[in-house]
Amino acid sequence: MSIAGHSKRKDNTPDAHLFPTRPYDLVKEFVVALVVVGILTGLLAAVFSSPDRKAISLASWAKAAPGDVVTTAAAELAGTSTSASYGAPYNHASEGQKLGPLPLQKWGGVRIPVDSANELVITPLNTVKGDSSLTDALKTWQSANADKQAGWAGAYSDAIAAAPDADPAKVAKGDYGPVPVIAARFLTLAETGSLEGLLTTGETFYAVDETKPLLLLSDGAYLEDQARAEHLGGDQWGMMNETGSYPGQPWMWLYTFWYQVKPFSTSDNADALVWGLMAVLTLAFVFLPYIPGLRSLPRHLGVHRLIWRRRADGTAGW
Amino acid sequence: MTTHKAPTESSWTVRLRNRLSRTVPPGQLLPDSQPVYVRSWIYVFGVATLAALMYVLVSGLVLTIKGSEWWHTSSLGHFVNSTHLWSVELFFLFMVLHLWGSFFMAAWRGRRALTWITGAVAFIGSIGTAFTGYLSQSNFDSQWISTQAKDGLNSVGIGAEFNVLNTGQMLLWHVMLLPVILGVLVVLHIVLVRRHGVVPPFDAVPPAQTETDRVVPERSAVAADERASMSAGQK
Repeated sequence: MSIAGHSKRKDNTPDAHLFPTRPYDLVKEFVVALVVVGILTGLLAAVFSSPDRKAISLASWAKAAPGDVVTTAAAELAGTSTSASYGAPYNHASEGQKLGPLPLQKWGGVRIPVDSANELVITPLNTVKGDSSLTDALKTWQSANADKQAGWAGAYSDAIAAAPDADPAKVAKGDYGPVPVIAARFLTLAETGSLEGLLTTGETFYAVDETKPLLLLSDGAYLEDQARAEHLGGDQWGMMNETGSYPGQPWMWLYTFWYQVKPFSTSDNADALVWGLMAVLTLAFVFLPYIPGLRSLPRHLGVHRLIWRRRADGTAGW
Repeated sequence: MTTHKAPTESSWTVRLRNRLSRTVPPGQLLPDSQPVYVRSWIYVFGVATLAALMYVLVSGLVLTIKGSEWWHTSSLGHFVNSTHLWSVELFFLFMVLHLWGSFFMAAWRGRRALTWITGAVAFIGSIGTAFTGYLSQSNFDSQWISTQAKDGLNSVGIGAEFNVLNTGQMLLWHVMLLPVILGVLVVLHIVLVRRHGVVPPFDAVPPAQTETDRVVPERSAVAADERASMSAGQK
């Protein structure tokens, strides 16, 4: 459908084929562009290379920040970690984010069910053999009811937070049940390097879905600490940045921008709000030719005069 | 002796040929001339975007052939990855310049709204494709970007369908699904550009021409169809 059909001002743009022409070699233009872009690409790649910071393995996490691993394990058991209290699509622990009155996250449903305490901590530890104290601790844990489990793990989490330097080794004495043993053995399991495999190949030989290890890693503080040091935090324009001084994804600037300003930067529903706003802006961008006012903006901005220049006497320069 | 029946409008082949001719009339697919007002550097960025896309595809193809871990362990692989990264950066730079140029020219005028829409959707599709590329790097960037991006997708209820923590799914979207969709959009965009030609300046009036010496592609194509129909009917 033509624009004219939607406009009070009729679109009188004449057919391009009615204008006089001049020779124009499209193929030559494309080949020259290929050569120039090829040289530019090669030069940029040779001079600046590309970033490749090694992925954080669960073993390297355990080695670099053992206290964080223990704290994370306790939080998973207590049900207070990010993933354990997330809501859809992992569990029913919260309503999730809303877009105004619309609980879009909840509507998405729990379609990747993850029981953080059992699937991220207990099940991998159940594979460990020959450790009687761990076996006893797991039996005690599994025979207790949910309230008791939450009480032990919650108390241990609070004690770690209250300990000097949040060091699990300096935790005050208390009734933590089997949680300290479970958390300590979880750290040992992570240090051996076998935890990743236990989280990814539980149901299949091929490990191509990293959902569980990534949820576990992001439940800890270490990943975010490392990211913030690289200026990748959400409030550091991190979504469009990349490790090192590389340009990253500058085309995400608008999406990233909203996270830096209120009300988005302080809202519990920031993601839903930003996505909703970006959806509206994207629709406006795509259907710009049909939006009265906006579609006429270029004529009034006058930048077109730099493209289609006119002579001093006002006649067309082309 | 049997006589060979002339093709008619009922022929699927004739109908397809006529449809193609109507879409891009002969001579318009690769014209050797352009309207006189096409005389600015801004027009270069469309073809520059295409050229960069070629390098994105070729470097991506090499990375695909060698496998997702190759570039972490081989210096040649790392260089190929670098060309992939920088060709993507150039691709977006040229595309954004092309986009702004098209905006300032209000390039949707004169029945070109669909040209704008296909370009805009291709731009958004390119962002999605690049995003899945960052998720498929299997390094620290991928870990951080995926764990952050999941919150946005989950907040609007689509995180399970498009699970950014599932590396296998993201890699397939990146190397197959999105490039195919993007490829179709780019081809459609170029066909539409060629069909309608470059948008004339605001308020430009073409030199007066008689009805008979005008070359209006759509009309020409329709006339060709009519001639073909008449010809078939006469036979």
